[in-house]
Amino acid sequence: MNFKNAWIISKKDFRTYFTSPIAYIVIAGFMLIMGWMFFYTLSHFEMQSMQYQQYNMGKGPSITDAIIRPLYGNMNVIFLFLVPFITMRLFAEEKKLHTFELLMTSPVTLTEIVLGKFLSSLLLISIMLGITIVYPIILFVGGNPDLGPIVTSYIGTLLLASCYLSLGIFFSSLTENQIVAGSLTFASALFFWLVNWASQASGPTWGEVLNYLSLISHFNNFSQGLLNSSDVIYYLSFIGLGLFLTHRVLDSYRWR
Amino acid sequence: MIQVSHLTKLYGPRAAISDLSFEVKKGEIVGFLGPNGAGKSTTMKILTGFMPASEGSAKIAGYDVFENPIEVKRNIGFLPENPPVYPEMKVQDYLQFAAELHQVPREKVRAAVDQVLAKTSLGDVRKRLIGNLSKGYRQRVGLAQAMVHNPAVLILDEPTVGLDPKQIIEIRELIKGLGGEHTVILSSHILPEVTATCERIIVINKGRIVAEDTLDQLTARIKRGLIYSMLVKNPAQEGVSAIRNIPGVQTVTQVGPKLVVEIQPGSPEVRDQIVETAVKREMGVLEFSTEKVSLEEIFLQLTTIETPNETAGVAV
Ligand SMILES: Nc1ncnc2c1ncn2[C@@H]1O[C@H](COP(=O)(O)OP(=O)(O)OP(=O)(O)O)[C@@H](O)[C@H]1O
Ligand SMILES: [Mg+2]
Repeated sequence: MNFKNAWIISKKDFRTYFTSPIAYIVIAGFMLIMGWMFFYTLSHFEMQSMQYQQYNMGKGPSITDAIIRPLYGNMNVIFLFLVPFITMRLFAEEKKLHTFELLMTSPVTLTEIVLGKFLSSLLLISIMLGITIVYPIILFVGGNPDLGPIVTSYIGTLLLASCYLSLGIFFSSLTENQIVAGSLTFASALFFWLVNWASQASGPTWGEVLNYLSLISHFNNFSQGLLNSSDVIYYLSFIGLGLFLTHRVLDSYRWR
Repeated sequence: MIQVSHLTKLYGPRAAISDLSFEVKKGEIVGFLGPNGAGKSTTMKILTGFMPASEGSAKIAGYDVFENPIEVKRNIGFLPENPPVYPEMKVQDYLQFAAELHQVPREKVRAAVDQVLAKTSLGDVRKRLIGNLSKGYRQRVGLAQAMVHNPAVLILDEPTVGLDPKQIIEIRELIKGLGGEHTVILSSHILPEVTATCERIIVINKGRIVAEDTLDQLTARIKRGLIYSMLVKNPAQEGVSAIRNIPGVQTVTQVGPKLVVEIQPGSPEVRDQIVETAVKREMGVLEFSTEKVSLEEIFLQLTTIETPNETAGVAV
Protein backbone atom coordinates (compact mmCIF):
# COMPACT_ATOMS: atom_id res chain seq x y z
CA MET A 1 0.00 0.00 0.00
CA ASN A 2 1.60 3.17 -1.24
CA PHE A 3 -0.20 6.32 -0.22
CA LYS A 4 1.31 8.27 -3.09
CA ASN A 5 -0.47 6.08 -5.65
CA ALA A 6 -3.80 6.50 -3.88
CA TRP A 7 -3.23 10.24 -3.85
CA ILE A 8 -2.67 10.37 -7.62
CA ILE A 9 -6.11 8.85 -8.12
CA SER A 10 -7.69 11.08 -5.45
CA LYS A 11 -6.34 14.18 -7.15
CA LYS A 12 -7.75 13.11 -10.49
CA ASP A 13 -11.20 12.35 -9.09
CA PHE A 14 -11.29 15.45 -6.94
CA ARG A 15 -10.58 17.58 -9.99
CA THR A 16 -13.27 15.74 -11.94
CA TYR A 17 -15.85 16.87 -9.38
CA PHE A 18 -15.18 20.41 -10.42
CA THR A 19 -15.10 19.84 -14.16
CA SER A 20 -18.69 18.68 -14.04
CA PRO A 21 -21.50 20.74 -12.52
CA ILE A 22 -22.09 18.12 -9.82
CA ALA A 23 -19.73 19.52 -7.20
CA TYR A 24 -21.06 23.05 -7.66
CA ILE A 25 -24.67 21.92 -7.43
CA VAL A 26 -23.99 19.78 -4.38
CA ILE A 27 -22.01 22.45 -2.56
CA ALA A 28 -24.43 25.25 -3.46
CA GLY A 29 -27.43 23.17 -2.42
CA PHE A 30 -25.73 22.24 0.81
CA MET A 31 -24.82 25.81 1.71
CA LEU A 32 -28.24 27.13 0.84
CA ILE A 33 -30.10 24.64 2.96
CA MET A 34 -27.62 24.85 5.82
CA GLY A 35 -27.65 28.63 5.78
CA TRP A 36 -31.40 28.81 5.81
CA MET A 37 -31.56 26.24 8.59
CA PHE A 38 -28.98 28.03 10.69
CA PHE A 39 -30.59 31.42 10.54
CA TYR A 40 -34.02 29.95 11.11
CA THR A 41 -32.95 28.09 14.28
CA LEU A 42 -30.96 31.12 15.40
CA SER A 43 -33.85 33.53 15.13
CA HIS A 44 -36.18 31.02 16.68
CA PHE A 45 -33.74 30.63 19.57
CA GLU A 46 -33.48 34.39 20.08
CA MET A 47 -37.20 34.75 20.11
CA GLN A 48 -37.51 31.95 22.63
CA SER A 49 -34.83 33.40 24.86
CA MET A 50 -36.53 36.75 24.80
CA GLN A 51 -39.84 35.19 25.76
CA TYR A 52 -38.18 33.34 28.63
CA GLN A 53 -36.70 36.59 29.90
CA GLN A 54 -39.89 38.54 29.38
CA TYR A 55 -42.09 36.18 31.30
CA ASN A 56 -39.43 35.23 33.85
CA MET A 57 -39.64 31.55 33.09
CA GLY A 58 -36.12 30.94 34.31
CA LYS A 59 -33.22 29.83 32.22
CA GLY A 60 -34.07 29.22 28.55
CA PRO A 61 -32.80 26.32 26.43
CA SER A 62 -29.04 26.18 25.96
CA ILE A 63 -27.42 27.04 22.65
CA THR A 64 -26.32 23.43 22.40
CA ASP A 65 -29.86 22.10 22.68
CA ALA A 66 -31.57 24.75 20.63
CA ILE A 67 -29.07 25.30 17.84
CA ILE A 68 -26.10 22.94 17.75
CA ARG A 69 -27.97 19.66 17.99
CA PRO A 70 -30.66 20.37 15.41
CA LEU A 71 -28.12 21.99 13.13
CA TYR A 72 -25.78 18.99 12.93
CA GLY A 73 -28.63 16.52 13.08
CA ASN A 74 -30.12 18.15 9.99
CA MET A 75 -26.74 18.30 8.33
CA ASN A 76 -26.66 14.53 8.47
CA VAL A 77 -29.99 14.33 6.72
CA ILE A 78 -28.73 16.62 3.99
CA PHE A 79 -25.66 14.46 3.52
CA LEU A 80 -27.92 11.46 3.17
CA PHE A 81 -29.42 13.13 0.10
CA LEU A 82 -26.22 14.56 -1.33
CA VAL A 83 -23.72 11.72 -0.90
CA PRO A 84 -25.26 9.55 -3.66
CA PHE A 85 -24.47 12.36 -6.11
CA ILE A 86 -20.90 12.47 -4.86
CA THR A 87 -20.14 8.77 -5.03
CA MET A 88 -22.29 7.46 -7.87
CA ARG A 89 -19.82 8.07 -10.64
CA LEU A 90 -16.65 6.97 -8.89
CA PHE A 91 -16.46 3.41 -10.22
CA ALA A 92 -19.54 3.18 -12.45
CA GLU A 93 -18.14 5.80 -14.79
CA GLU A 94 -14.66 4.23 -14.90
CA LYS A 95 -16.22 0.97 -15.98
CA LYS A 96 -18.47 2.59 -18.54
CA LEU A 97 -15.64 4.60 -20.09
CA HIS A 98 -13.27 1.59 -20.00
CA THR A 99 -10.83 3.73 -18.05
CA PHE A 100 -11.02 1.10 -15.36
CA GLU A 101 -8.74 -0.91 -17.65
CA LEU A 102 -6.18 1.89 -17.49
CA LEU A 103 -6.27 1.88 -13.68
CA MET A 104 -6.09 -1.89 -13.48
CA THR A 105 -3.15 -2.19 -15.86
CA SER A 106 -1.17 0.56 -14.14
CA PRO A 107 1.32 -0.26 -11.41
CA VAL A 108 -1.11 0.50 -8.60
CA THR A 109 -2.95 -2.00 -6.43
CA LEU A 110 -6.71 -2.30 -6.20
CA THR A 111 -6.49 -1.27 -2.55
CA GLU A 112 -4.79 1.96 -3.59
CA ILE A 113 -7.46 2.59 -6.21
CA VAL A 114 -10.34 2.06 -3.77
CA LEU A 115 -8.66 4.17 -1.12
CA GLY A 116 -7.92 6.90 -3.64
CA LYS A 117 -11.58 7.07 -4.64
CA PHE A 118 -12.65 7.20 -1.00
CA LEU A 119 -10.18 9.98 -0.22
CA SER A 120 -11.37 12.13 -3.11
CA SER A 121 -14.95 12.01 -1.89
CA LEU A 122 -13.85 12.49 1.72
CA LEU A 123 -11.97 15.59 0.66
CA LEU A 124 -15.10 17.06 -0.94
CA ILE A 125 -17.16 16.31 2.16
CA SER A 126 -14.48 17.83 4.38
CA ILE A 127 -14.57 21.03 2.37
CA MET A 128 -18.34 21.19 2.74
CA LEU A 129 -17.99 20.65 6.47
CA GLY A 130 -15.22 23.21 6.61
CA ILE A 131 -17.50 25.87 5.19
CA THR A 132 -20.03 25.29 7.97
CA ILE A 133 -17.47 26.27 10.64
CA VAL A 134 -18.67 29.79 10.03
CA TYR A 135 -21.87 28.97 11.99
CA PRO A 136 -20.18 28.08 15.30
CA ILE A 137 -17.99 31.13 14.80
CA ILE A 138 -21.10 33.30 14.58
CA LEU A 139 -22.41 31.62 17.74
CA PHE A 140 -19.17 32.34 19.59
CA VAL A 141 -19.27 35.95 18.52
CA GLY A 142 -22.82 36.43 19.72
CA GLY A 143 -22.95 34.07 22.68
CA ASN A 144 -21.20 31.51 24.73
CA PRO A 145 -21.85 27.99 23.43
CA ASP A 146 -20.12 24.84 24.71
CA LEU A 147 -17.17 23.92 22.55
CA GLY A 148 -17.34 20.17 23.35
CA PRO A 149 -20.57 19.27 21.53
CA ILE A 150 -19.48 21.30 18.51
CA VAL A 151 -16.20 19.44 18.19
CA THR A 152 -17.76 16.00 18.69
CA SER A 153 -20.58 16.89 16.29
CA TYR A 154 -18.00 17.54 13.60
CA ILE A 155 -16.20 14.29 14.32
CA GLY A 156 -19.49 12.39 14.29
CA THR A 157 -20.73 14.04 11.11
CA LEU A 158 -17.49 13.31 9.32
CA LEU A 159 -17.67 9.66 10.37
CA LEU A 160 -21.35 9.32 9.54
CA ALA A 161 -20.94 10.95 6.14
CA SER A 162 -17.96 8.67 5.50
CA CYS A 163 -20.23 5.70 6.11
CA TYR A 164 -22.53 7.01 3.38
CA LEU A 165 -19.50 7.47 1.14
CA SER A 166 -18.32 3.94 1.74
CA LEU A 167 -21.79 2.65 0.96
CA GLY A 168 -21.98 4.79 -2.16
CA ILE A 169 -18.59 3.64 -3.43
CA PHE A 170 -19.66 0.06 -2.92
CA PHE A 171 -22.79 0.50 -5.02
CA SER A 172 -20.83 2.38 -7.63
CA SER A 173 -18.56 -0.64 -8.00
CA LEU A 174 -21.54 -2.89 -8.70
CA THR A 175 -22.80 -1.25 -11.85
CA GLU A 176 -21.85 0.78 -14.90
CA ASN A 177 -24.91 2.92 -14.44
CA GLN A 178 -24.50 6.01 -12.26
CA ILE A 179 -28.21 6.46 -11.70
CA VAL A 180 -28.60 2.90 -10.49
CA ALA A 181 -25.58 3.33 -8.21
CA GLY A 182 -26.94 6.57 -6.79
CA SER A 183 -30.44 5.22 -6.21
CA LEU A 184 -29.19 2.11 -4.47
CA THR A 185 -26.92 4.24 -2.31
CA PHE A 186 -29.75 6.46 -1.24
CA ALA A 187 -32.11 3.57 -0.54
CA SER A 188 -29.62 1.61 1.51
CA ALA A 189 -28.32 4.64 3.38
CA LEU A 190 -31.89 5.45 4.30
CA PHE A 191 -32.35 1.88 5.45
CA PHE A 192 -29.30 1.96 7.73
CA TRP A 193 -30.37 5.31 8.98
CA LEU A 194 -33.93 4.44 9.88
CA VAL A 195 -33.51 0.81 10.84
CA ASN A 196 -33.90 1.71 14.52
CA TRP A 197 -37.51 2.70 13.88
CA ALA A 198 -38.23 -0.98 13.58
CA SER A 199 -36.45 -1.61 16.87
CA GLN A 200 -39.34 -0.20 18.86
CA ALA A 201 -41.71 -2.65 17.26
CA SER A 202 -39.52 -5.72 17.61
CA GLY A 203 -38.61 -7.70 20.71
CA PRO A 204 -35.94 -6.63 23.19
CA THR A 205 -33.03 -8.58 21.65
CA TRP A 206 -33.85 -7.73 18.06
CA GLY A 207 -34.64 -4.20 19.05
CA GLU A 208 -31.18 -3.81 20.45
CA VAL A 209 -29.53 -5.33 17.41
CA LEU A 210 -31.47 -3.08 15.05
CA ASN A 211 -30.72 -0.10 17.21
CA TYR A 212 -27.04 -0.97 17.13
CA LEU A 213 -27.10 -1.28 13.34
CA SER A 214 -28.71 2.09 12.89
CA LEU A 215 -26.34 4.78 11.67
CA ILE A 216 -28.25 7.55 13.36
CA SER A 217 -28.49 6.01 16.83
CA HIS A 218 -24.71 6.17 17.10
CA PHE A 219 -24.78 9.85 16.37
CA ASN A 220 -26.71 10.78 19.52
CA ASN A 221 -23.66 10.62 21.76
CA PHE A 222 -21.62 12.78 19.42
CA SER A 223 -24.29 15.46 19.39
CA GLN A 224 -24.24 15.57 23.18
CA GLY A 225 -20.52 16.09 23.33
CA LEU A 226 -19.69 12.47 24.15
CA LEU A 227 -16.92 10.70 22.30
CA ASN A 228 -17.77 7.06 22.81
CA SER A 229 -15.30 4.52 21.53
CA SER A 230 -18.02 2.01 20.64
CA ASP A 231 -19.65 4.58 18.33
CA VAL A 232 -16.35 5.40 16.70
CA ILE A 233 -15.59 1.71 16.24
CA TYR A 234 -19.03 1.13 14.74
CA TYR A 235 -18.55 3.89 12.17
CA LEU A 236 -15.01 2.87 11.32
CA SER A 237 -16.07 -0.77 10.88
CA PHE A 238 -18.92 0.32 8.64
CA ILE A 239 -16.53 2.34 6.46
CA GLY A 240 -13.96 -0.44 6.42
CA LEU A 241 -16.49 -3.12 5.53
CA GLY A 242 -17.91 -1.04 2.68
CA LEU A 243 -14.48 -0.45 1.19
CA PHE A 244 -13.48 -4.07 1.70
CA LEU A 245 -16.58 -5.29 -0.14
CA THR A 246 -15.87 -2.80 -2.92
CA HIS A 247 -12.41 -4.33 -3.25
CA ARG A 248 -13.91 -7.82 -3.45
CA VAL A 249 -16.47 -6.82 -6.08
CA LEU A 250 -13.89 -5.16 -8.30
CA ASP A 251 -11.46 -8.02 -7.91
CA SER A 252 -14.10 -10.51 -9.00
CA TYR A 253 -15.12 -8.23 -11.88
CA ARG A 254 -11.79 -9.15 -13.49
CA TRP A 255 -12.50 -12.85 -13.14
CA ARG A 256 -15.76 -12.71 -15.00
CA MET B 1 10.96 -10.31 -23.28
CA ILE B 2 7.54 -11.93 -23.40
CA GLN B 3 7.03 -15.61 -22.74
CA VAL B 4 3.60 -17.09 -22.91
CA SER B 5 3.11 -20.76 -22.19
CA HIS B 6 -0.04 -22.83 -22.38
CA LEU B 7 -2.30 -19.90 -21.70
CA THR B 8 -5.98 -20.77 -21.49
CA LYS B 9 -8.91 -18.57 -20.63
CA LEU B 10 -12.37 -19.94 -20.08
CA TYR B 11 -15.53 -17.89 -20.09
CA GLY B 12 -17.84 -20.30 -18.40
CA PRO B 13 -17.39 -23.54 -20.31
CA ARG B 14 -16.23 -21.76 -23.48
CA ALA B 15 -12.56 -21.24 -24.09
CA ALA B 16 -11.75 -17.79 -25.46
CA ILE B 17 -8.13 -18.88 -25.87
CA SER B 18 -6.71 -22.33 -25.38
CA ASP B 19 -3.18 -23.50 -24.86
CA LEU B 20 -1.53 -20.44 -26.34
CA SER B 21 2.28 -20.46 -26.33
CA PHE B 22 4.63 -17.99 -27.95
CA GLU B 23 7.64 -15.82 -27.31
CA VAL B 24 8.59 -12.32 -28.24
CA LYS B 25 12.20 -11.19 -28.15
CA LYS B 26 13.41 -7.83 -26.99
CA GLY B 27 12.99 -5.16 -29.65
CA GLU B 28 10.70 -7.22 -31.84
CA ILE B 29 7.45 -5.98 -33.29
CA VAL B 30 4.99 -8.81 -33.45
CA GLY B 31 1.60 -8.76 -35.07
CA PHE B 32 -1.24 -10.64 -33.52
CA LEU B 33 -3.53 -11.40 -36.38
CA GLY B 34 -6.94 -12.99 -36.23
CA PRO B 35 -10.57 -12.52 -37.18
CA ASN B 36 -13.19 -11.13 -34.82
CA GLY B 37 -13.55 -13.19 -31.69
CA ALA B 38 -10.23 -14.96 -32.17
CA GLY B 39 -9.09 -14.10 -28.67
CA LYS B 40 -6.68 -11.26 -29.35
CA SER B 41 -8.09 -8.87 -26.79
CA THR B 42 -8.43 -11.65 -24.26
CA THR B 43 -4.75 -12.54 -24.60
CA MET B 44 -3.74 -8.91 -24.25
CA LYS B 45 -5.87 -8.38 -21.17
CA ILE B 46 -4.17 -11.35 -19.57
CA LEU B 47 -0.70 -10.17 -20.53
CA THR B 48 -1.35 -6.75 -19.03
CA GLY B 49 -2.62 -8.23 -15.79
CA PHE B 50 -6.14 -6.93 -16.25
CA MET B 51 -7.59 -10.38 -15.90
CA PRO B 52 -6.14 -13.68 -14.73
CA ALA B 53 -5.84 -16.71 -16.99
CA SER B 54 -7.60 -19.98 -16.27
CA GLU B 55 -4.44 -21.94 -16.94
CA GLY B 56 -0.88 -21.43 -18.07
CA SER B 57 1.54 -18.65 -17.36
CA ALA B 58 2.91 -15.50 -18.90
CA LYS B 59 6.13 -13.67 -18.19
CA ILE B 60 7.03 -10.15 -19.18
CA ALA B 61 10.52 -8.72 -18.64
CA GLY B 62 11.27 -11.73 -16.48
CA TYR B 63 8.32 -11.20 -14.13
CA ASP B 64 5.37 -13.52 -13.89
CA VAL B 65 2.15 -11.68 -14.72
CA PHE B 66 0.24 -13.41 -11.94
CA GLU B 67 2.89 -13.43 -9.24
CA ASN B 68 4.41 -9.99 -9.75
CA PRO B 69 1.67 -7.99 -11.43
CA ILE B 70 2.96 -4.64 -10.23
CA GLU B 71 6.46 -5.23 -11.62
CA VAL B 72 4.94 -6.32 -14.91
CA LYS B 73 2.65 -3.30 -15.07
CA ARG B 74 5.60 -1.00 -14.47
CA ASN B 75 7.18 -2.36 -17.65
CA ILE B 76 4.24 -2.20 -20.01
CA GLY B 77 2.17 0.35 -21.81
CA PHE B 78 -1.28 -0.81 -22.86
CA LEU B 79 -3.72 0.53 -25.38
CA PRO B 80 -6.95 -1.41 -24.83
CA GLU B 81 -9.58 -2.00 -27.49
CA ASN B 82 -11.45 1.12 -26.39
CA PRO B 83 -9.10 4.02 -25.69
CA PRO B 84 -9.32 4.50 -21.90
CA VAL B 85 -9.75 8.27 -21.89
CA TYR B 86 -11.72 10.66 -19.69
CA PRO B 87 -13.83 12.95 -21.89
CA GLU B 88 -13.92 15.71 -19.27
CA MET B 89 -10.13 15.97 -19.05
CA LYS B 90 -7.78 18.02 -21.20
CA VAL B 91 -5.34 16.03 -23.31
CA GLN B 92 -2.27 17.19 -21.43
CA ASP B 93 -3.84 16.73 -18.00
CA TYR B 94 -4.84 13.23 -18.96
CA LEU B 95 -1.34 12.36 -20.14
CA GLN B 96 0.09 13.86 -16.98
CA PHE B 97 -2.24 11.65 -14.96
CA ALA B 98 -1.18 8.59 -16.98
CA ALA B 99 2.48 9.45 -16.43
CA GLU B 100 2.02 9.87 -12.67
CA LEU B 101 0.02 6.68 -12.52
CA HIS B 102 2.95 4.90 -14.12
CA GLN B 103 5.31 6.40 -11.60
CA VAL B 104 7.23 8.73 -13.83
CA PRO B 105 9.33 10.82 -11.40
CA ARG B 106 7.62 14.12 -10.65
CA GLU B 107 10.33 16.26 -12.21
CA LYS B 108 10.22 14.29 -15.44
CA VAL B 109 6.46 14.27 -15.95
CA ARG B 110 6.30 17.47 -17.97
CA ALA B 111 9.07 16.48 -20.32
CA ALA B 112 7.53 13.04 -20.80
CA VAL B 113 4.16 14.58 -21.67
CA ASP B 114 5.71 17.08 -24.10
CA GLN B 115 7.71 14.35 -25.76
CA VAL B 116 4.77 12.02 -26.28
CA LEU B 117 2.58 14.88 -27.52
CA ALA B 118 5.18 15.59 -30.18
CA LYS B 119 5.59 11.92 -31.09
CA THR B 120 1.89 11.41 -31.61
CA SER B 121 1.39 14.86 -33.21
CA LEU B 122 -1.08 15.91 -30.56
CA GLY B 123 0.59 19.20 -29.72
CA ASP B 124 -2.17 21.25 -31.35
CA VAL B 125 -4.91 19.76 -29.22
CA ARG B 126 -3.08 19.52 -25.90
CA LYS B 127 -5.40 22.01 -24.24
CA ARG B 128 -8.60 20.59 -25.73
CA LEU B 129 -11.07 18.45 -23.81
CA ILE B 130 -10.74 14.85 -24.90
CA GLY B 131 -14.54 14.60 -25.16
CA ASN B 132 -14.50 17.20 -27.93
CA LEU B 133 -11.95 15.37 -30.05
CA SER B 134 -12.76 13.16 -33.01
CA LYS B 135 -12.53 9.41 -32.64
CA GLY B 136 -9.21 9.27 -34.44
CA TYR B 137 -7.70 11.83 -32.11
CA ARG B 138 -9.05 10.03 -29.07
CA GLN B 139 -7.39 6.88 -30.36
CA ARG B 140 -4.13 8.76 -30.61
CA VAL B 141 -4.51 10.10 -27.10
CA GLY B 142 -4.96 6.49 -26.00
CA LEU B 143 -1.78 5.54 -27.81
CA ALA B 144 0.06 8.47 -26.23
CA GLN B 145 -1.11 7.26 -22.84
CA ALA B 146 0.45 3.86 -23.50
CA MET B 147 3.79 5.44 -24.41
CA VAL B 148 4.11 8.33 -22.00
CA HIS B 149 6.19 6.44 -19.44
CA ASN B 150 8.45 5.00 -22.12
CA PRO B 151 7.73 1.37 -21.28
CA ALA B 152 9.92 -1.52 -22.37
CA VAL B 153 6.91 -3.41 -23.70
CA LEU B 154 3.97 -1.96 -25.59
CA ILE B 155 0.77 -3.91 -25.99
CA LEU B 156 -1.54 -2.30 -28.51
CA ASP B 157 -5.00 -3.65 -29.24
CA GLU B 158 -5.97 -2.52 -32.72
CA PRO B 159 -4.05 0.74 -32.56
CA THR B 160 -5.23 2.24 -35.85
CA VAL B 161 -8.94 1.58 -35.53
CA GLY B 162 -10.93 4.69 -36.37
CA LEU B 163 -8.09 6.61 -37.95
CA ASP B 164 -8.17 8.12 -41.42
CA PRO B 165 -5.69 6.84 -44.03
CA LYS B 166 -3.20 9.63 -43.46
CA GLN B 167 -3.23 9.09 -39.72
CA ILE B 168 -2.94 5.33 -40.20
CA ILE B 169 0.29 5.83 -42.11
CA GLU B 170 1.61 8.19 -39.44
CA ILE B 171 0.82 5.80 -36.63
CA ARG B 172 2.30 2.85 -38.49
CA GLU B 173 5.50 4.81 -38.98
CA LEU B 174 5.45 5.67 -35.31
CA ILE B 175 5.03 2.03 -34.31
CA LYS B 176 7.74 0.89 -36.70
CA GLY B 177 10.07 3.39 -35.12
CA LEU B 178 9.42 1.86 -31.71
CA GLY B 179 11.07 -1.43 -32.67
CA GLY B 180 14.57 -2.09 -31.42
CA GLU B 181 14.22 -0.07 -28.26
CA HIS B 182 10.73 -1.24 -27.39
CA THR B 183 9.11 -4.60 -27.69
CA VAL B 184 5.72 -4.30 -29.31
CA ILE B 185 2.76 -6.62 -29.70
CA LEU B 186 -0.09 -5.26 -31.73
CA SER B 187 -3.30 -6.93 -32.68
CA SER B 188 -5.31 -6.49 -35.79
CA HIS B 189 -7.78 -8.21 -38.01
CA ILE B 190 -6.66 -6.09 -40.92
CA LEU B 191 -3.79 -7.63 -42.82
CA PRO B 192 -2.10 -4.59 -44.32
CA GLU B 193 -1.81 -3.36 -40.77
CA VAL B 194 0.50 -6.16 -39.69
CA THR B 195 2.36 -6.40 -42.97
CA ALA B 196 3.13 -2.71 -42.76
CA THR B 197 4.46 -2.73 -39.22
CA CYS B 198 5.44 -6.18 -38.01
CA GLU B 199 8.47 -8.34 -38.49
CA ARG B 200 6.77 -11.41 -37.24
CA ILE B 201 3.17 -12.50 -37.32
CA ILE B 202 1.23 -14.75 -35.02
CA VAL B 203 -2.00 -15.83 -36.62
CA ILE B 204 -4.67 -16.81 -34.16
CA ASN B 205 -8.08 -18.27 -34.81
CA LYS B 206 -10.71 -19.51 -32.39
CA GLY B 207 -8.30 -19.14 -29.52
CA ARG B 208 -5.50 -21.16 -31.06
CA ILE B 209 -2.32 -20.24 -32.84
CA VAL B 210 -2.57 -21.43 -36.42
CA ALA B 211 0.69 -19.99 -37.73
CA GLU B 212 3.64 -18.12 -36.39
CA ASP B 213 6.38 -16.89 -38.65
CA THR B 214 8.03 -13.98 -40.35
CA LEU B 215 6.09 -12.36 -43.12
CA ASP B 216 8.32 -13.80 -45.87
CA GLN B 217 8.31 -17.30 -44.45
CA LEU B 218 4.60 -17.22 -44.05
CA THR B 219 4.10 -16.09 -47.61
CA ALA B 220 6.52 -18.74 -48.89
CA ARG B 221 4.85 -21.47 -46.92
CA ILE B 222 1.48 -20.75 -48.34
CA LYS B 223 2.75 -20.18 -51.83
CA ARG B 224 4.19 -23.64 -52.11
CA GLY B 225 1.84 -25.41 -54.52
CA LEU B 226 -0.31 -22.53 -55.43
CA ILE B 227 -0.87 -20.78 -58.70
CA TYR B 228 1.62 -20.34 -61.51
CA SER B 229 0.91 -18.39 -64.59
CA MET B 230 2.65 -19.16 -67.84
CA LEU B 231 2.82 -17.35 -71.12
CA VAL B 232 3.48 -19.58 -74.15
CA LYS B 233 3.93 -19.11 -77.89
CA ASN B 234 2.11 -22.28 -78.87
CA PRO B 235 -0.73 -23.25 -76.56
CA ALA B 236 -1.39 -26.57 -78.30
CA GLN B 237 -4.09 -28.78 -76.87
CA GLU B 238 -1.83 -31.82 -76.30
CA GLY B 239 0.68 -29.73 -74.41
CA VAL B 240 -2.01 -28.36 -72.16
CA SER B 241 -3.38 -31.78 -71.36
CA ALA B 242 0.14 -33.11 -70.73
CA ILE B 243 0.61 -30.44 -68.08
CA ARG B 244 -2.81 -31.24 -66.70
CA ASN B 245 -1.71 -34.86 -66.25
CA ILE B 246 1.29 -34.02 -64.09
CA PRO B 247 0.60 -35.38 -60.61
CA GLY B 248 -0.12 -32.53 -58.23
CA VAL B 249 -1.58 -30.24 -60.84
CA GLN B 250 -5.20 -29.50 -60.09
CA THR B 251 -6.43 -27.45 -63.00
CA VAL B 252 -5.04 -25.73 -66.02
CA THR B 253 -7.00 -22.87 -67.42
CA GLN B 254 -6.19 -21.46 -70.81
CA VAL B 255 -6.85 -17.87 -71.70
CA GLY B 256 -5.36 -17.27 -75.15
CA PRO B 257 -1.59 -17.68 -74.80
CA LYS B 258 -1.81 -17.62 -71.04
CA LEU B 259 -2.03 -20.76 -68.94
CA VAL B 260 -3.00 -20.58 -65.30
CA VAL B 261 -1.83 -23.68 -63.50
CA GLU B 262 -3.33 -24.38 -60.10
CA ILE B 263 -1.51 -26.80 -57.89
CA GLN B 264 -3.04 -28.98 -55.24
CA PRO B 265 -2.30 -27.58 -51.83
CA GLY B 266 0.34 -29.51 -49.96
CA SER B 267 1.74 -31.24 -53.05
CA PRO B 268 5.52 -31.35 -53.68
CA GLU B 269 7.36 -28.97 -55.93
CA VAL B 270 6.20 -29.43 -59.54
CA ARG B 271 7.41 -26.21 -61.05
CA ASP B 272 10.33 -27.89 -62.83
CA GLN B 273 8.12 -30.61 -64.23
CA ILE B 274 5.69 -28.11 -65.67
CA VAL B 275 8.44 -26.19 -67.41
CA GLU B 276 10.08 -29.42 -68.63
CA THR B 277 6.82 -30.66 -70.09
CA ALA B 278 6.18 -27.37 -71.82
CA VAL B 279 9.68 -27.39 -73.32
CA LYS B 280 9.36 -31.01 -74.43
CA ARG B 281 6.10 -30.24 -76.19
CA GLU B 282 7.72 -27.23 -77.84
CA MET B 283 5.21 -24.83 -76.52
CA GLY B 284 7.75 -22.03 -76.38
CA VAL B 285 7.69 -20.71 -72.85
CA LEU B 286 7.83 -16.93 -72.86
CA GLU B 287 7.20 -16.30 -69.23
CA PHE B 288 6.75 -18.30 -66.07
CA SER B 289 5.76 -16.70 -62.83
CA THR B 290 4.30 -17.38 -59.46
CA GLU B 291 1.10 -15.51 -58.91
CA LYS B 292 1.54 -13.10 -56.05
CA VAL B 293 -0.47 -14.24 -53.12
CA SER B 294 -1.67 -11.44 -50.95
CA LEU B 295 -1.56 -11.95 -47.26
CA GLU B 296 -5.30 -11.62 -47.32
CA GLU B 297 -5.42 -15.00 -49.02
CA ILE B 298 -2.86 -16.48 -46.68
CA PHE B 299 -4.90 -15.31 -43.83
CA LEU B 300 -8.04 -16.82 -45.21
CA GLN B 301 -6.27 -20.08 -45.84
CA LEU B 302 -4.63 -20.19 -42.48
CA THR B 303 -7.74 -19.47 -40.59
CA THR B 304 -9.80 -22.00 -42.46
CA ILE B 305 -7.28 -24.66 -41.55
CA GLU B 306 -8.60 -27.87 -40.04
CA THR B 307 -9.45 -27.69 -36.38
CA PRO B 308 -10.20 -30.69 -34.21
CA ASN B 309 -13.93 -30.02 -34.13
CA GLU B 310 -14.17 -29.11 -37.71
CA THR B 311 -13.18 -31.32 -40.61
CA ALA B 312 -14.21 -28.91 -43.30
CA GLY B 313 -11.63 -26.46 -44.53
CA VAL B 314 -8.52 -26.39 -46.61
CA ALA B 315 -5.40 -28.14 -45.48
CA VAL B 316 -2.24 -26.18 -46.15
N1 LIG C 1 -16.69 -11.18 -20.86
C1 LIG C 1 -16.87 -12.20 -21.71
N2 LIG C 1 -17.74 -13.19 -21.41
C2 LIG C 1 -17.91 -14.24 -22.24
N3 LIG C 1 -17.28 -14.40 -23.39
C3 LIG C 1 -16.40 -13.44 -23.76
C4 LIG C 1 -16.15 -12.30 -22.94
N4 LIG C 1 -15.23 -11.53 -23.55
C5 LIG C 1 -14.91 -12.15 -24.70
N5 LIG C 1 -15.61 -13.31 -24.83
C6 LIG C 1 -15.50 -14.27 -25.95
O1 LIG C 1 -14.16 -14.67 -26.08
C7 LIG C 1 -13.81 -14.77 -27.44
C8 LIG C 1 -12.57 -13.95 -27.71
O2 LIG C 1 -12.87 -12.59 -27.58
P1 LIG C 1 -11.82 -11.43 -27.82
O3 LIG C 1 -12.46 -10.15 -27.44
O4 LIG C 1 -10.55 -11.78 -27.15
O5 LIG C 1 -11.64 -11.51 -29.39
P2 LIG C 1 -10.80 -10.54 -30.35
O6 LIG C 1 -9.84 -11.40 -31.07
O7 LIG C 1 -10.24 -9.42 -29.60
O8 LIG C 1 -11.91 -10.06 -31.35
P3 LIG C 1 -12.13 -8.62 -32.04
O9 LIG C 1 -11.33 -8.60 -33.29
O10 LIG C 1 -13.59 -8.60 -32.34
O11 LIG C 1 -11.73 -7.56 -31.08
C9 LIG C 1 -15.01 -14.32 -28.24
O12 LIG C 1 -15.65 -15.46 -28.75
C10 LIG C 1 -15.89 -13.62 -27.26
O13 LIG C 1 -17.24 -13.82 -27.56
MG1 LIG D 1 -10.50 -7.44 -29.67
